[in-house]
Amino acid sequence: MTIRIKQQSASDSLLRIVENKADVSLNKCYQCKKCSVGCPVADQTESPPSEIIRRLQLGAGDELLKTDLIWTCLSCETCYARCPNEINFAAIIDALRSIALEKGVARPKGNPPLFNRLFLNTVKTFGRAYDLQMIALYKLRTGNIRQDTGRFPAMIKKGKMALLPPSGADKGKVRRIFSRLPKNKGTGK
Amino acid sequence: MKYAYFPGCSAHSTARDMHESSLGVAQALGIELAEIKGWTCCGASAAHQTDRALAASLAAANLVLAKDMGLDMVVNCAACYNRSKTANYEVAHSPAMRESVAHLLGQSYDGSVAVRHFVEVLLKDFGVAKLRKSFKQSLNGLKVACYYGCYLLRPPEVTQFDDPENPTILESLVEAMGGESLDWPGKVDCCGGGLNLTRTDITVQHSGAIIDMAKSAGTDCIAVACPMCQTSLDLRQKDIEKANGKRYHLPVVYITQLLGLCLGISPKELGFDRLMVTPTAITRAIGRL
Repeated sequence: MTIRIKQQSASDSLLRIVENKADVSLNKCYQCKKCSVGCPVADQTESPPSEIIRRLQLGAGDELLKTDLIWTCLSCETCYARCPNEINFAAIIDALRSIALEKGVARPKGNPPLFNRLFLNTVKTFGRAYDLQMIALYKLRTGNIRQDTGRFPAMIKKGKMALLPPSGADKGKVRRIFSRLPKNKGTGK
Repeated sequence: MKYAYFPGCSAHSTARDMHESSLGVAQALGIELAEIKGWTCCGASAAHQTDRALAASLAAANLVLAKDMGLDMVVNCAACYNRSKTANYEVAHSPAMRESVAHLLGQSYDGSVAVRHFVEVLLKDFGVAKLRKSFKQSLNGLKVACYYGCYLLRPPEVTQFDDPENPTILESLVEAMGGESLDWPGKVDCCGGGLNLTRTDITVQHSGAIIDMAKSAGTDCIAVACPMCQTSLDLRQKDIEKANGKRYHLPVVYITQLLGLCLGISPKELGFDRLMVTPTAITRAIGRL
């Protein structure tokens, strides 16, 4: 098969940024492909884990930030658990996610970045996750209001969805953590 | 036996049954779970997918509280367990991460608080022999497919929970309760829970494969120790049945709910009525139908 990349200059290579962010060296990868074989979403992705590593090694640029695995990865960490060279590929994916968010190029199907932002916003507000608010806002923002809505009455009745926001957390401590983050990270506010 | 208890956000939402059954089991066995005052969200997947230092700091915020209590921290939710252990591992192994966490948290943390899953406490601290003696009721040969998912097991050097490819901790509890633990191929597969709301199609596909495998192995129920897995397999089972064109009606319960039954606690107190798939097979096996 052919791998196409748009090479970047060595000084600002995505490989180096990713390796630094993830605290991982991709030099040790010898393309045994165990990561791709164990990856539960490999068959539905444009580039499976081993190929993303290869593209980085060959000097891929920012086009890699749009590859679908960044947001379909389930963070199951099977890749890392089975890698004979203990390369933490899950950390590589997290680094790619964080760079894609910083550069504003994350536009995946289902919008997991929006979901993450809404989740973290409830944590920032209440100190704990507030499912109802996060799900309601996610549905409003994505326009996918009907899916699962029929299930909410049963969930509320069975106590599996709290109506009131969580209480009892040390909210100040969590707000301080968020306030010290660089501006382009976290909840985007 | 006293521990600092971290319930996690799902304890008051999707996993109320996990929380209730764990407290019930702890009380019946005389294990004291002292809830950490003012505990906050561990950051879950949303934090580590956004920024690693944010993730480690949110988890460390609770670990420093447990450290002040001078106790090991007990966690029930496999995801919180994983995030807390990852934070420990990262601050212990990376001076740069330790510095970032100290800056964001405004407090230094060295990664020294032992994070334990409640199941580990039951097996390793309390012990199977004592557990057996405490049981008032047997599962009477109920067939149980134990399902671990990801967060308890991976990465193995971080969680150090059990063998990452063939774990047996949950099976040993099922056998002690007089149940029959099944040998089946799906126990360490991923349920796809991380995309439950954003890419439901992917979750339904992965959880569907797991439900189908467990059912084919002839099980009466699935036992889990993770709220994400429980939600994917139980709450999504109707979607799975629709996608696979089959009817499964397979109850998915927390291992602590089964333990509670064997300790003589009522199904209601253990949150059995909160399950989406009615656990008739289980209540019938123990004669509480």
